[in-house]
Amino acid sequence: MRKKTTWFILSGLFVALILAGVVSHYASSSPDGLDSATLKGCATDAQGRITGGHCAAQKAKKHDLETGPFAGYATSGLGGGFASTAVSGVVGVAVVFGIGAGAFWLLKRRAKTPEQG
Amino acid sequence: MRPAAMHMADGIINVPVTVIFALVALVLLVLCGAKARADLDERLVPMAGLTAAFIFAVQMLNFTVLPGVSGHLLGGALAVALVGPWVGALCVSIVLIVQSLLFADGGLTALGLNITNMALIGAFVTYGVLRLLLKVLPRTPTGVSVAVFLTSIVSVMAGASGFVFEYAIGGTTHMSMGVVAGFMLGAHFLIGLGEGVITAATVATVSRTRPDLVYALRGMKPLTGVERAA
Repeated sequence: MRKKTTWFILSGLFVALILAGVVSHYASSSPDGLDSATLKGCATDAQGRITGGHCAAQKAKKHDLETGPFAGYATSGLGGGFASTAVSGVVGVAVVFGIGAGAFWLLKRRAKTPEQG
Repeated sequence: MRPAAMHMADGIINVPVTVIFALVALVLLVLCGAKARADLDERLVPMAGLTAAFIFAVQMLNFTVLPGVSGHLLGGALAVALVGPWVGALCVSIVLIVQSLLFADGGLTALGLNITNMALIGAFVTYGVLRLLLKVLPRTPTGVSVAVFLTSIVSVMAGASGFVFEYAIGGTTHMSMGVVAGFMLGAHFLIGLGEGVITAATVATVSRTRPDLVYALRGMKPLTGVERAA
């Protein structure tokens, strides 16, 4: 990989880390389009749990991994504030980049015929 | 404040339809993997990793579209514009899988549904629309930015339609389809506008700094073609 490209990738990752680690703190916590549509008709509490009514998400189940260390974009042990979101965001960017680059590297390697090296 | 969960939970769509879409997603992802090989070169591998990481980061940034309703980037349009349809669909899928496994966002069994709506429909609809638009618009940073703005709106609404279809054939509750479809499509038109702005701004920035890293600038071949200009 050329040096220029390495710099571009590093700059892009830096921007992604800032977005996920810092800017994410200022994101809206309102339910998104899908959640709003599927919760339409139901009453919910502060945690977004359904407390009554009839809606498309009535039979939605709790996530099987909701006790995981980064569940809900929070970091266990860091409460629910800035640091909690920041750490989970930074970890997410790193993990997604690692898995993505790793998986595509493996895919590319398998694609090459021996004479192409 | 903390980013809200944003992908479909388990239990909204019944088991048979969930299984069908898991299989559909699996087959199409294997196809994407096979097709992606032809596109992957030394530049595209790190670029694909960066695209996935960037989509993950921007998905955390929910923006308000209506009082009490937010939206976030889905990423299909951005992925296709930067790394092409096959690698792009895989990038969004990687984001969705990590979000489900590590962040408990999006049900484990609903992964096939979420991947179908956001990664596969998102990428394939984007590719079709973007190719058409780039026959009319110039293949310049500005032309591509305008094209990806318009494409983003279509691709987000197509993804939302994917959910509406899945709920219509397999919803575990029986709400009025008019209400569900009307709200989903209305909200996602607004979300599409936001997605369009973010995608166009990102593609414009990369196009001006490293045009050689933008798939949409290098040439968009028909989906059956595997040759790519170097």
